[in-house]
Amino acid sequence: MSEQPMRPATPMLRQIAEHRSLLQRFMGVSKEWKGFALLLLGGLGLSNLAIAYVVIDGRLDGQWYDIRDLGNVTQHLRSWMQDEGFHPAVPYLTTALLGALGILSVVGGWLLIGSWVERRVLAKFQIRQGPNRTGPFGLFQPIADAVKLMQKEVVIPRVADKFLYYAPPVIIFIPAILGWGPVPWAGKMSFLDLNVGVLYTIAISSLGVLGVFLAGWSSNNHYSLLGAMRTVAMMVSYEIPISLALLAVVLLTGSMQLSTIVAWQANYNAWLIFLLPFAAFTFLFASTAEINRTPNDIGEAESEIVAGFYTEYSGMKAGLFMGVELGNAILVGAMMATFFLGGYTMFGLETWIPGYLILAAKIGAVYFLFVWLRGTLPRFRLDQLMGYAWKFLIPLSVVQVLLVAVEASIFARWETPALFPLAAFALLNLGLTVEMVRRWAHALGYAPEVAQQQPVMATAIGGLKAAQKMRGG
Amino acid sequence: MNSTAEPYVLNIGPQHPSTHGVFRVRVVMDGEVIRDLDMIVGYLHRSMEKLAEERTYTQNIPFTDRADYLAAMSGNLGLALGIERLAGIDVPERASYLRVIFAELQRVASHAMANGTLVSDAGAWQTPLLYMFREREKILDLFEMTCGARLTTNYMRAGGVSFEPPAEFWPALNELVAELPGRIDEYMELLADNEIFLARTRGIGIITPEDAINGSLVGPALRGSGVPWDLRKAEPYCVYDRFDFDVPVGTRGDVYDRFMCRMMETRESVRILKQAIAQIPPGPHKNDVPLALRPPVGEVYSRVEGPRGENGFYLVSDGGPAPYRFHLRAPSLINLSLLRELARGASLPDAVVTLGSIDIVVGEIDR
Repeated sequence: MSEQPMRPATPMLRQIAEHRSLLQRFMGVSKEWKGFALLLLGGLGLSNLAIAYVVIDGRLDGQWYDIRDLGNVTQHLRSWMQDEGFHPAVPYLTTALLGALGILSVVGGWLLIGSWVERRVLAKFQIRQGPNRTGPFGLFQPIADAVKLMQKEVVIPRVADKFLYYAPPVIIFIPAILGWGPVPWAGKMSFLDLNVGVLYTIAISSLGVLGVFLAGWSSNNHYSLLGAMRTVAMMVSYEIPISLALLAVVLLTGSMQLSTIVAWQANYNAWLIFLLPFAAFTFLFASTAEINRTPNDIGEAESEIVAGFYTEYSGMKAGLFMGVELGNAILVGAMMATFFLGGYTMFGLETWIPGYLILAAKIGAVYFLFVWLRGTLPRFRLDQLMGYAWKFLIPLSVVQVLLVAVEASIFARWETPALFPLAAFALLNLGLTVEMVRRWAHALGYAPEVAQQQPVMATAIGGLKAAQKMRGG
Repeated sequence: MNSTAEPYVLNIGPQHPSTHGVFRVRVVMDGEVIRDLDMIVGYLHRSMEKLAEERTYTQNIPFTDRADYLAAMSGNLGLALGIERLAGIDVPERASYLRVIFAELQRVASHAMANGTLVSDAGAWQTPLLYMFREREKILDLFEMTCGARLTTNYMRAGGVSFEPPAEFWPALNELVAELPGRIDEYMELLADNEIFLARTRGIGIITPEDAINGSLVGPALRGSGVPWDLRKAEPYCVYDRFDFDVPVGTRGDVYDRFMCRMMETRESVRILKQAIAQIPPGPHKNDVPLALRPPVGEVYSRVEGPRGENGFYLVSDGGPAPYRFHLRAPSLINLSLLRELARGASLPDAVVTLGSIDIVVGEIDR
């Protein structure tokens, strides 16, 4: 052993060794870079002032270059095409293709960022470094991963059912894209603003199970089959709480159109998570079950059934499954934001900042929550999860739907300003939820004081007799 | 439970995330429920006990590193004690203290690994495991500082220990001992009251005290089921009788009790370490022992309380430089033998958690 503890050779290694944080990393930068950062910040401030001027002035309203809502651009484009006398189908097809391209690029971008965020943030939770070799902060890691997955050989089990084995990665990808259809990114910015958007969402979300089941069945592997059966059982069970939670939302807002639900929340300045806390929790929890995220990732529980329904898939086929999983997590973030967190609105902030950025920030927040849960919690067991859905979430959701129905009818007949009844509903719902959950849990036999009984210190040393003596007194 | 479904066979291992090594279980399953299972061991067999008959006593110490590779120090200690009793060798007092310090550090490191992988088996994606590796890493650094190796330490000798720890060892050890209680509190906060973890481990894999004794379980698996048996208290070796520490004993014998016993034992180890650091006398770290040791004809069974329980070493000497017979009583193998009874009728996730709580090391099972 040398006298001095070894110093790592390069600054980067030293940084790794000392677990230096991002902030510390920027403390040591040179003067030029600090000046540059200052200039950048000043420029941002000035440009914000300029934006504020145009927004207050009202010059942006209704113009095609109003970047707060990219829907304006498409609308103007369509009306220009109609004026020019194209074939009637052309304007619609063009705007539809633009929208589809937008969704695909947004989902693709999210997939790239999301996988980096997941790995990096999870690594920080676990006092590791995470990807930090490919590009700055390891930002190019997702690209490297994708390239690697595409290069890999796809191994197909000899006994697999070939056609059914090929289909699932594709089948599972379709609903993950379709689900983005009704999400409103800004006032006019949604691909298909269906008046039954909630129904559409529920219908699309249950399509994915088909691909999962096919994958599990066709692989001809017991791990895959177990994973598929677990996932199917869970998806079927958790569809009901999700539907009931969304039913409460629909009852209160009186609309199934996603943009109207967002507009309702913006109108009353009340996010539904405050008004319907139990519905929000149900939606979030059931969604984690549907998309196989911790603590409900039993469909691909690594320590039990290896990789679950996609155990036998390799290369980009496995990559597609993983990508869809990540995409679904982000889609759930979008749904959560739209239904419960005010969507693209943020208490009037949407006049200043583009709505799609606000929605993206909210999606990011929900996604961060998912990553956080994954980095913290153990996993439930299948029977516990099923019991949780059928014995706990569904009865309480039904009670909540009744409650919300009464509240909605009161709200519709109320003459005073909306603030008072909404605040009263929020308080009432929160209190009732807490009380309801507590009582129902105790009625189901939940006893925390018994469960947390700890080991005791031995008073005597010996065999069975000492054990019996300790147990007796 | 009667089911009309056809049972099927699932091969878990030797390559599986939660078999902790190359250990294979052939499970007959009915849906999610395990009907029967066969444990198939031997993928890591290296014929240690036979090879030991061709090597001198000192040359056999590295085998104990590779048997229970997560608790090399405890294995070293057990064999060293056996050789000393067989040949009638004295140990300096300082060496005994050093042995206690390293054995307890090894216990902390091994329990960190055991608990971390148990929580990982319960589905917490590696976070508790990596947190616990933080302490294990520091302990292995201490080992490396002292004897040059992190895992296969080969540190204890008949007649003492091979090296005196360097000067920087003691401040590092003091620092570690000072920060360990806080770390344990952190894990308790993260896991001990975690509802999901409680739901996954409470009432799972229950072993009654009678079953534990009939199955001749040892270590935390035995103490978790309520039997207050610890060799450090029952027949103190080295200088364990000079320390003040307690033996945590479970009340229900389930997975959670075994987990908590390990956690609390870590705390007790820290107590022992503090006392040992305060009491350690100056002096030589080993007595001179001839390299080709020829103990008199006879046999000895020495045992120490390793992290997994009773590490037994049976040595028979015929007067020659190599043992006539060398046998290892591996706690993992004997603790594992109860898995079949525990897993029958349980679901697959429960069986995985139960296996994790028994804390096996395959190197020791197969030898």
